[in-house]
Amino acid sequence: MIRARDLTKHFRVHKRPPGFVSAMKSLVRRKYEVVKAVDGVSFTIERGERVGFLGPNGAGKTTTLKVLAGLLHPTSGEALVEGFTPFRRQTRFLEAITLVMGQKSQLIWDLPPSETYAMNRAVFDVPHDQFKTTLAELTELLDLGPLIDKPTRQLSLGERMKCELAAALLHRPHTLFLDEPTIGLDVAMQLAIRDFVRSYNTRHEATVLLTSHYMDDVVALCPRIIVIDAGKLIHDGDLRGLIKTMDPDKRVSFTLTDGITDDELAKLGTLLARDGKRITLRISESELPEAVGHLLGPLHAADLAIEDPPLEEILRVMFGKSKEARAGEPPP
Amino acid sequence: MSSRTLRAIPTLLRIGVAETVAYRAEFLVWILTTTLPLVMLALWTSVAAEAPFRNYTSADFVAYFLAGLIVRNLTGSWVAWQISEEIRTGTMSMRLLRPLHPFIAFTMSHLAAVPFRTIVALPIAVVLLFSSGASALATEPVQMLLVVPSLALAWLITFSMLFALGALAFLFTKTMALLNLYFGLYSLLSGYLMPIPLLPSGLRQIAEVSPFRFMFSLPVELMKRPIDASDLAVLMLAQVGWAIVTLVGALWVWRKGLRHFEAVGG
Repeated sequence: MIRARDLTKHFRVHKRPPGFVSAMKSLVRRKYEVVKAVDGVSFTIERGERVGFLGPNGAGKTTTLKVLAGLLHPTSGEALVEGFTPFRRQTRFLEAITLVMGQKSQLIWDLPPSETYAMNRAVFDVPHDQFKTTLAELTELLDLGPLIDKPTRQLSLGERMKCELAAALLHRPHTLFLDEPTIGLDVAMQLAIRDFVRSYNTRHEATVLLTSHYMDDVVALCPRIIVIDAGKLIHDGDLRGLIKTMDPDKRVSFTLTDGITDDELAKLGTLLARDGKRITLRISESELPEAVGHLLGPLHAADLAIEDPPLEEILRVMFGKSKEARAGEPPP
Repeated sequence: MSSRTLRAIPTLLRIGVAETVAYRAEFLVWILTTTLPLVMLALWTSVAAEAPFRNYTSADFVAYFLAGLIVRNLTGSWVAWQISEEIRTGTMSMRLLRPLHPFIAFTMSHLAAVPFRTIVALPIAVVLLFSSGASALATEPVQMLLVVPSLALAWLITFSMLFALGALAFLFTKTMALLNLYFGLYSLLSGYLMPIPLLPSGLRQIAEVSPFRFMFSLPVELMKRPIDASDLAVLMLAQVGWAIVTLVGALWVWRKGLRHFEAVGG
């Protein structure tokens, strides 16, 4: 279980305008400002949940993950993970969690991943039998095969990421903090990682807190999402509920062989895109049955698909509102 | 040290050896950076070529700097640069996720390089024994036996001090200037550039009690000159004392620094 209560993490940052004069001035007198990377965030995640942690760049996602993983001391508030206070970094806490960062590697660069695995086995004191079983399971799930005996520096980004995941999970942690685990990977590799995370979650009833810029990762993996912006929590709830609240209208895409004017389409819904014969409309839920009936009937529409609005769109609106709200607040 | 850490040590040493072998070019370059005593040897033997310089003959300088080369080779450490680099780039985060104190992790990877360093140091020791400097070496058996623990303590003091300096990067991010200051003081006060007795009086008094003497000069002195039993006991105790102080200091700086860790770099 993960619990954050009024969690804050402030950084004191040296501020200096550009230019030579400013550089000289800063030698004598430095100006600092406090950046509220995480500002009073509270949430609880139960064991076995898969939660997406979303926010624009600099929103405080990674900082929150680092506080929860025990790398950073919170400025105030409380964090509790698997019953432990993370920053104390007790052995049993470190055995219970893992943090995978897409842009950081724990693999020893010039040695094959198998050497990092051997080191982690020794450091986490994993019994040899359990190590063999877990490594075999991870090798199968992640299709590691010959990769683990190739020097890490010779692996592709996707291959390295798969090996990173195995290194992070050899001690069978119950809580997974995944920070951009699919960054820079091709679609096939993204799908493989997604499948793996889901499978690990099911097999070990592991708790997963995931950040990703790829909304497909979040949609595919996380029934619940937490959204933060400028260090503050702005949404915590189920993904479908968020979409329904923010934009209940559906996106209806179809192909029309016969010509149709934009004015005729406007009678069915709002025209979002028209690419040759492929058309996308935005239609409210109440008008959906009638519109779809008309499209499939008199208009002979083919390849019709009804979808929720893309999560990116929802979040863009959400962050826009959050920014407007902040602009309206008095300065601190 | 917990029993689980003890169980992990053989694996950590094995991987440390594999890393040293993998980084062989880097390792050789590092070895070359420890050869300053050879430069000083050439300099000081030419100073003492015509006549002894303040009781130091040319043979004394040869013996002193060859012994110094062995000590430097076996006790030198690059841990401060490793730590500050890992903190600066953020890879320290990955290390902190393992239930093993980084002091032990770095110690093991550095100790794993000792056999390779010995391969370099041994031929120098042979040259030292049979060169013109051999007559200028100490021969007392107890003193000779104490060279080994003294080298181990010199390694520990050096490693702890550099570990603490590296950990200061938690607070200052860039610690290169501090490392340069450290190396300046080390060179001057440890006997690395010249035997401590040749320093001006004021500096000599500071050098004799500073930790730097026990990082370099003491093992050299043990190899080089006969020392009274009582002085020997005091010097060895002082070295143990500095080892404890620097070890405790290093762990304290680490703990304080960790509170300020900003886990930069993504």
